[in-house]
Parts: sequence; C-alpha cells; structure tokens
Amino acid sequence: MTKTAGQQRVTKAAVPLVPAPPPAGGRRRRRLADQARAYAFLLGGLVCFALFSWYPAIRAVVIAFQKYTPGSHPQWAGTANFTRVLHDPEFGAAWRNTLTFTLLALLAGFAIPFLLALVLGELRHAKAFFRVVVYLPVMIPPVVSALLWKWFYDPGAGLANETLRFLHLPTSNWSNGTGTALISLVIVATWANMGGTVLIYLAALQSIPGELYEAAELDGANLLQRVRHVTVPQTRFVILMLMLLQIIATMQVFTEPFVITGGGPENATVTVLYLIYKYAFLYNDFGGACALSVMLLVLLGAFSALYLRLTRTEGDTA
Amino acid sequence: MSSTRTLISPAALARPRGKAIYWTVFTAVVVLFALAFLFPVYWMVTGAMKSPDEVAQTPPTLLPHHWHLGGYTDAWDLMQLPRHLCNTVVQAAGAWAFQLVFCTAAAYALSKLRPAFGKVILGGILATLMVPAQALVVPKYLTAADLPLIHTSLLNDPLGIWLPAVANAFNLYLLKRFFDQLPRDVLAAAEIDGAGKLRILWSVVLPMSRPVLGVVSIFALVAVWQDFLWPLMVFSDTDEQPISVALVQLSQNIQLTVLIAAMVIASIPMVALFLVFQRHIIAGISADSTKG
Repeated sequence: MTKTAGQQRVTKAAVPLVPAPPPAGGRRRRRLADQARAYAFLLGGLVCFALFSWYPAIRAVVIAFQKYTPGSHPQWAGTANFTRVLHDPEFGAAWRNTLTFTLLALLAGFAIPFLLALVLGELRHAKAFFRVVVYLPVMIPPVVSALLWKWFYDPGAGLANETLRFLHLPTSNWSNGTGTALISLVIVATWANMGGTVLIYLAALQSIPGELYEAAELDGANLLQRVRHVTVPQTRFVILMLMLLQIIATMQVFTEPFVITGGGPENATVTVLYLIYKYAFLYNDFGGACALSVMLLVLLGAFSALYLRLTRTEGDTA
Repeated sequence: MSSTRTLISPAALARPRGKAIYWTVFTAVVVLFALAFLFPVYWMVTGAMKSPDEVAQTPPTLLPHHWHLGGYTDAWDLMQLPRHLCNTVVQAAGAWAFQLVFCTAAAYALSKLRPAFGKVILGGILATLMVPAQALVVPKYLTAADLPLIHTSLLNDPLGIWLPAVANAFNLYLLKRFFDQLPRDVLAAAEIDGAGKLRILWSVVLPMSRPVLGVVSIFALVAVWQDFLWPLMVFSDTDEQPISVALVQLSQNIQLTVLIAAMVIASIPMVALFLVFQRHIIAGISADSTKG
C-alpha cells in the first residue's frame, strides 16, 4: 500500500513543474511549519482540556488545602478542611448512603439486566420491539425520570401505593420514609439505566459460540448448568466491566436525591456528591467541597484505573 | 430465525412442550416490558391530560374522563417552555458543533500530523478518563466562573456548556482511533495533488468518517440534553436555564398536571431522536461489548 504512494511521489517528482526538493536548511523550517500547523489543529482541543480537565483536577487538590470563597484571597489552611468535613455529622451519612446506594444499585442493576438479557436472547420474535422498549427510559431525561417517580411515590394518589392497594398489600412511605427512601431511589436509577446494560449483555450473549452449548448439552448439562458453566464464564469479562462502570457511575449519584428527596428524610438520602454541592452552594465553603471532591476522586480513580487497565489488556490480546 | 444456536436448542423449542413454554414466556415478557417500561410513559402522557382533580383522585383512572389539552398549553405558556427548550437546543447544538470542530481537528492532528509531544498529549487526554466527571464539578465551576488569565466568567453563558463539552476524552479518542484506520495512501495521494492539511481533513477524512461522526454527534447531543448538575451550577439566571434545570426549579409551585405536561414535552426531542436513529444507537451500544 505504502509502496504505491511512494511510486506516485516519484513519478510526480519527475514532472519538471514540481519545485525541486528544498535544501537542507529549508527542511528544518518546513518541519517547524508542520509542527505549527499540527498545533494549530490541536489548539482548540488543548485549551479546553487544559481549562476544564487538567486545571480543575490540580485545583481541586490545591483548594482542598485552602480556605477559599470566590472573590476573596485564598489562604492556606493545612488539613483544616479535611478535619472539618470529617467531623460533619452528614459526612458519615453521605458516605454510608452512597455506598449502600451503590451496592443496592449494583445488585439490582446487575442481576435484573442479566436475567432479562438471558431471556431476551432466547426469544425469536419481536426482537426490535424489546430492544427499543427496554432502552426507552434511558432516553428520557434523568430529571424527567426523577420527577415522574417522585409523582409515583406520592403517598396520596401515587401509582406505587395504588398498585400495592390493588394487590391488597400494605402501602409504603416510599421516598418519604427514612428506611425506604434510599431503596426508592435505587428503583428509579435501575429503571432509568438498565436499558444500556441489557443491550450490552444481549450482544455479549450472542457472541457466545453455539457449539459450547451443544457440547454441554451432549454432556448432559441442564439449563441451569449451561448458564453456570457456559454463559457466565463466557461473559465474565463484560460482567466485570459493567460492574466497574456501574460502581463509578452510581457513586456519583446526584439527580435522584436532589430532585426526589432533597437529601431527606433526616439525611437518609444525602450522597457524597450532594454533600459536595451543599458545601459549595449552600455553605459557600469551597475548601470543604474540594476536600470532599478529592476523597471521592481518589476512591473512584482507583476503580477507573482498574477499568482502563483491564480494557486495555483485553484489547491488546483480542 | 437465525441458525446460530443459543442457550436452548432449536430442537427443544420445536417440541410441543417447548413451543408452549416458549409462547408462555414470550407473552410474559411482552406484558412485563409493557408494564415496566411503556406504562409509566403512558401514565405520564395521559396524566397531563387529566383534570387536576382527576389526577389527584384515588383510585386513579386508567383513561382520562375528559381529554384536556390544557395541561400541555398551560405548560407551554406558564413555564415558558419555548424559552427553556430554545436554551437547551442552543446549548446542545453549540456543544455538538464545538465538539465536532475541535475534537475532530485535534484527533486529526494527533492521528495524522505527528505533532511533537503528541504521545504525551494523548496520554494527558486519556488520563482524564480516569477522573470521574462529577467529582470535579466544583473546581470546574470555579474555573468557569473566573477563567484564568483573561478573568471572564462563563456563568449564565452558553459558552459555559460549549467549551467544557470539548474536553471529552472519550469522543476524541473514538475519532482518533477511527482516523488511525484510514489508509495512509489516500491521504498521501491528496497531498501530492496539492491539497493542504485542512483541505485533506475536509474533503478526504471527513467524508470517509461519516459513521464515527454520527456516533459522536449522538453522544454529544444526548449528553447535553440529559445533563443536570453542570447546567444547574452554570445557569443561576432563570432566563438562561435549559429545560432540565427549569423543570426542577419550577416543579415546586406549579400544578401537577402542568408539570407532567412539561415533563412530556421535555422528553419528546430525545425520544424522537432515539426512535428515528434507534437502529444505529442500539447497534452502537451493542458494539461496545464485542469490542471488549
């Protein structure tokens, strides 16, 4: 391929109209001009990355050690921000809620889509219908999903309690009860986000070679054994990737608690990101907000690094 | 009916018992999907057409007694939806255009122009993938509020959405990887014909990159339309707020039917986009996993 290009260049160069190759001194100048041109193309992107990714990442760490409110001069505060944040009674609640939310969302947002994908993979009809319908909630803006479920959870005429009454089951406080609020939010997040997971699992299931199932069946494996010994090992990598992605995503939960519960009742749904928001915009304490951000960043960065590492190595071997 | 076998063998499905089980499961899944995913949407669309009394009544009605379109028209007027929708469109379209121009140019440079320190820059861009976006919103907000060196504020300005949108490592890397695959000799041939770098990008690279540009476009549009926390921080001025922020701000003091109607209106553009491009969007998501 490259050979033809080289040949073309030779034949072209033989045409006398094309200027002779520049002398040695001009080549360096041309290389500089090439560099300038390359950087001209890079410039817009670089400036945006510098301003909105690299600089904020550094700044988060710096401000975490400063007393900082916009407009005033920042002062070094040592670890005061960290100790103040750590002693905030909401701190423990926020981390506990975030970790519980992540764990519950992982269980629900992992098991349910896997089961759904397993069943959908076997269905031979209306495939397009299932795919579109399961992905529909993902396309509804998260704010709308949150407001929609807030309305469903309404203790008066909410659909959630109406359904329970219809089934002659005891009603619940849903997002208004200290014990149930967090679970209510997990339901919303699972409903709104599982479409993508289902579709990815479905694609992974379809890439499993059919011979494996056939061989397992000949060996006398029943349905459950085939799932356990063929499906799960064959999709293990996708399962692991999606788990990591979901941990990273759900630990940053904000919209649902902000819109549905406002962090309540009694701090039952205050999450870390919500607390960061409160420090910045309610208490005007940007040092505290950045100290919290750095903590979240360190924890999530570890998961991201693991994720990138795994995808990278898998991509190399593939 | 493809011939590839799955968990359950075609032979087992062909047996009468298998057939019966298959159709039972099929019906159950159709009903489950309709109840879980379509019914909430139906409830929202029709809820907006009920009267305020009817929407609050127990037990609720499956069909509105009288179909009011008043909820929708009230939402349109009272909540100033045209303004907020227009803001969202401007923000999303601008973010899309900025991302397409700057990310494409940068990806082209990194892939084909061999800038000095190109590897370092790419590494720096990829490193941002490790930093979860929301964990950095506060320092990002401070930067947008007071840009270094020039000391201008991007708050309440669409640029506050557009410029950060460019710093999207995922889309940039997607473009770069696609450009890497373009055959070198085609670009070399264009260069010999006397085309400049910009000309090559415009008339050779971009026409060959339609699939990836489509994917990036959809990602860019959806991301801005669905975002909430960042526009909530950037736009304190009600007149500039996109519909997602306005909905939450206005949800406290507005009649329920009107709010529901506004929710429906806010969902229409993305749902419509999805229904039109569903084949591509679903194929794109499914391809994610096979890529590994």
